[in-house]
Amino acid sequence: MDYINLFVKSIFIENMIFAYFLGMCSYLAVSKTVKTAVGLGFAVIFVLSITVPINYLLDNYLLKPGAMAWLGKDYAALDLSFLSFIMFIAVIASMVQLVEMIVEKFAPALYGALGIFLPLIAVNCAILGGSLFMQQKSFASIGESAVYGFGSGIGWLLAILAIAAIREKIAYSNVPAPLRGLGITFIITGLMAIGFMSFMGIKL
Amino acid sequence: MSQPKSNKKPAIFFVAKEREPLFSKKNRGLLKDPLDDNNPITVQVLGICSALAITVQLKPAVVMTLSVIAVMAASNVIVSILRNAIPNRIRIIVQLVVVASMVILVDQVLRAFAYDVSKQLSIFIGLIITNCIVMGRLEAFALGNGVWKSFLDGVGNAAGYGFMLILVAFFRELLGSGKLYGYQVIPDALYEMGYENNGLMLLSPMALITLGLIIWIQRARNRKLIEKN
Repeated sequence: MDYINLFVKSIFIENMIFAYFLGMCSYLAVSKTVKTAVGLGFAVIFVLSITVPINYLLDNYLLKPGAMAWLGKDYAALDLSFLSFIMFIAVIASMVQLVEMIVEKFAPALYGALGIFLPLIAVNCAILGGSLFMQQKSFASIGESAVYGFGSGIGWLLAILAIAAIREKIAYSNVPAPLRGLGITFIITGLMAIGFMSFMGIKL
Repeated sequence: MSQPKSNKKPAIFFVAKEREPLFSKKNRGLLKDPLDDNNPITVQVLGICSALAITVQLKPAVVMTLSVIAVMAASNVIVSILRNAIPNRIRIIVQLVVVASMVILVDQVLRAFAYDVSKQLSIFIGLIITNCIVMGRLEAFALGNGVWKSFLDGVGNAAGYGFMLILVAFFRELLGSGKLYGYQVIPDALYEMGYENNGLMLLSPMALITLGLIIWIQRARNRKLIEKN
């Protein structure tokens, strides 16, 4: 039950885009057509659900104050948490590289569909944000962190899919010239975020 | 005894062929353009990720601006020094490492000297690493330009980013809680007459809408920025 609750929460209530504005850059840049938006969305789900659990293990067995206790008493006092940024980003960059190679080898069709989006994901704020939130929330088990990563990815896909569909339609309407493009996208995103706020407080 | 004056400049400056004054017109442009015509947020669409979540109050926005200026100036200079030594294939990882080290420095300084603000900014200091504006400027500018120009470009773009941040934070704090930088500016008399703070301004969606309106105003004033489609 906890898992379902966490899952729903990470999709709707703590939506990466509507609540924290993470991954905005690619959200704005790649949302012109639905097709590319879906490709990027799946790549984000993929990478988030892999990197968050890995970073959870790193954080708990390497970085946290006292996390090195399993190596022996001498290491119990070590606190390497100041290294977490560089560790997380290194894991993400190498994971993206690894995922790219594996997908290319075993699922060429998927690789073709994701295309250039996979490497771009290394610098997507939503990915690093997922790991940093995981660290901040101090989940109890690796399962929870995996569910959190997967849910956040789905939330991100949902958001970019919605805005891409709206932008495809809005191309036919008469938006005031200075507001065209970026401006109207911001305002629509704001309105959608207000809509998403109605999910607040839902508990399963 | 004191060193002869001519040795004061670092050797890297002698590589540049044409010598121009430190603040020539072009260099001033590097510093000034990102504030309006080429603003990283409203025109280049970079670095919005972490920009909006911390604009509820002015103070975190100002601290964030200073942090980004420090990180961008330092990493632009470092990458620009190393630009001929970085192999093209691994440049992204090299850049990430440089930026991440700078961000760790800033984070530790903030924790030591401004703990409450650092708590308020929570993960968003860490997210400077993946802030597209830092990577974007490293890729687009520092890899191909000299040290001093890269420094100016870093400071200019970070300032342009901070300018938008502070502008959004100004309106959100003023309308949302009647304060500026933590001090109350709307007089008590107004509250007694029935004025209410607009609580919606404190919620995250209004950051997006405020920024949308700012873009509208900027483009209405500066019509060459209007998008075609």
